[in-house]
Amino acid sequence: MNIITISILSLAIIGAVAALILYIIAQRFKVEEDPRIDEVEKTLPGANCGGCGKAGCRNFAESCVKATSLEGMLCPVGGNKVMQQIATILGKEAHEAEARVAVVRCNGSCQHRPNTNIYEGAANCAIVHSLYAGSTGCAYGCLGCGDCVSVCSLGAISINPETHLPEVDIDICGGCGACSRACPRNIIEVRKKGAKGRGVYVSCVNKDKGGVARKACEVACIGCGKCAKECKFDAITIANNLSYIDSDKCKMCRKCVDVCPTGAILAVNFPPKKVVETHTPQSTEQPLQVDNN
Amino acid sequence: MKTFKIGGVHPRENKLTAGCAITPAPLPQQVVVTLSQHIGAPAQCVVAKGDTVKVGTLLAQANGFVSANIHSPVSGVVTKIDTITDGTGYQKPAIFITAEGDVWEESIDRIETLITTCDLDAQAIIEKIDQMGIVGIGGATFPTKVKLMPPPNMKPEVLIINAVECEPYLTNDHALMLAKADEIIVGIEILMKAINVHHTYIGIEENKPDAIELLKQKTAHRNDIEVVRLQCRYPQGGEKQLIDAVIGRQVASGALPVSTGAIVQNVATAYAIYEAVQKNKPLIERVVTVTGKSLTRPGNYLARMGMPISQLIEAAGGLPDDTGKIVLGGPMMGKATANLDTPTGKGTSGILVIPDTEAHRQEPSPCIRCAKCVAACPMGLEPYLLSKLVAKSDLETAEDRRIYDCIECGCCSYSCPAHRPLLDYIRLGKGRVMAIMRARAAEKK
Repeated sequence: MNIITISILSLAIIGAVAALILYIIAQRFKVEEDPRIDEVEKTLPGANCGGCGKAGCRNFAESCVKATSLEGMLCPVGGNKVMQQIATILGKEAHEAEARVAVVRCNGSCQHRPNTNIYEGAANCAIVHSLYAGSTGCAYGCLGCGDCVSVCSLGAISINPETHLPEVDIDICGGCGACSRACPRNIIEVRKKGAKGRGVYVSCVNKDKGGVARKACEVACIGCGKCAKECKFDAITIANNLSYIDSDKCKMCRKCVDVCPTGAILAVNFPPKKVVETHTPQSTEQPLQVDNN
Repeated sequence: MKTFKIGGVHPRENKLTAGCAITPAPLPQQVVVTLSQHIGAPAQCVVAKGDTVKVGTLLAQANGFVSANIHSPVSGVVTKIDTITDGTGYQKPAIFITAEGDVWEESIDRIETLITTCDLDAQAIIEKIDQMGIVGIGGATFPTKVKLMPPPNMKPEVLIINAVECEPYLTNDHALMLAKADEIIVGIEILMKAINVHHTYIGIEENKPDAIELLKQKTAHRNDIEVVRLQCRYPQGGEKQLIDAVIGRQVASGALPVSTGAIVQNVATAYAIYEAVQKNKPLIERVVTVTGKSLTRPGNYLARMGMPISQLIEAAGGLPDDTGKIVLGGPMMGKATANLDTPTGKGTSGILVIPDTEAHRQEPSPCIRCAKCVAACPMGLEPYLLSKLVAKSDLETAEDRRIYDCIECGCCSYSCPAHRPLLDYIRLGKGRVMAIMRARAAEKK
């Protein structure tokens, strides 16, 4: 026999023996896994964001299968739709959870919050925060280096090139909170997502006294308390010279927005306000008549 | 000539104020004394608004073991206790005092005669140092009494006086050595008594030949104090590097420097200790080098703590038009500030005014793996790798690679031909890794 035949034969025999050993071992040490875990995992978005509180999508799928009830379990990225699908697969009851969205609580664009110095070091918010107050007079506001952008696995957050502030795309954001954890200044908050993405919030986290805060930024919250007085639903609290609106209590009447002297309270995704408030049919007719005249 | 064995760089020295005698800075009208002028817990304020204080009156008491007393640098009235924006731009608690005259506490001996004898025993000396709020004024501002009380299983054998002044531009220690050599030697004797050692090395870099000559002459008749001439190399003033340079012993990773048998104290701290123990004078003033290529009168100023840096710059001829950056400390380890009202403190060794042409960082480009940072690191670390690990949030590997050994000297960033912000990332990662290590240690307990 020539050398080529010997090589082919011996390799084939080694291969066959190894395959047999591997097969026997694989059969012997086979791990029985619930096939539903794979099914559930397939329905999940696969962002591995950790927003559900578990170590990735696979881990979440395992806990869904193990859990007796799906109450309190939510994939923030997939939302209720995905949870409904999971419930069908597992034959369990689905629980509606309210949608949540990340909100950037700083409105200090270059125009509102002028630079007081130039930063030339590494472009990383955590580094800037550990070094100093930042290139503006506000020691609490957004540093604009985009630590939040780089952690978002969905690409829902981006820095606006004009304002140098992060902006959240509410259609993509699942409210997992990764950006909130990455922000060294705790500016991003995950809040209840109102109908059609509406929301009312204080777009400032400055805890300095009114004068100091206002000097650094035109649109800072000065903790004057006008909004808290105006609110009929006890949704607003003032602490450390800073106002905070509880998204669970807020009824979005927007009275606070109107009284805020610095414009720190923002109402987003509302249709543009009409000049004259129109509540009764009578009043709707009134301006029409005026127009006609 | 002696120097440390691993890494290091030799930046241009630029000692513009070498040979400038110490000039007293004008007394400030108002001082702002911050409560954290040292490493450790901020001191606890013991005065109230409206109180009249004299120079040397206790303003704030040490709050815990690693903390230090703070005394009034001027006489006058406490106008308010509030917060001030410090050099970093963050608000810090501070005591505001409006100066009236210059009345000193009666207990302070203001006569300039040299007192060589000290009858206090070791315990009493350390207590006095503690009372007078002495901290390491070379830059780290670590409370001195803590360093003088090493763990019982570690016995100090020698004292090393750090008169290296390896930072470019700074000359405050140099000026102090030329002016107060006798006092420094008495301070060293007191220190030797406090820690019960019988030999002292004074490490001085060769670029200060007059100081070496003077101290050699003053100690020629005795064999317990030895002046060691060292080759110029940054960061020789680092505690671990100095121990290596002078006695050739290396501090193990994670160990205290005193484990090598050496205790290191700065030369200016030795002088402050002389004044505290022999003259009852708390740490209320220090020599500050105010320097910069465009300043008209750069010099070494004896300044009361708590005066705004703008006043010292004014004394040095005013802020030049071409100023690009103001750094507190030396150019290698100092911190830039955007706030001219920043009050000086115990750790303010220098104010460096850098012209705009030299103030800017260059645009970073990709790492070319030249390993210049590895060669420059005096702690034998791999800065290019550590900074990458931190950027990728791989803190576990960074810990394995001993990121916590970094002394933040900046040799890596200085030597990088790609101008990468290596230290920026390493400093961030070091903080995070050390927080994890502390949490782990607390959990074990």
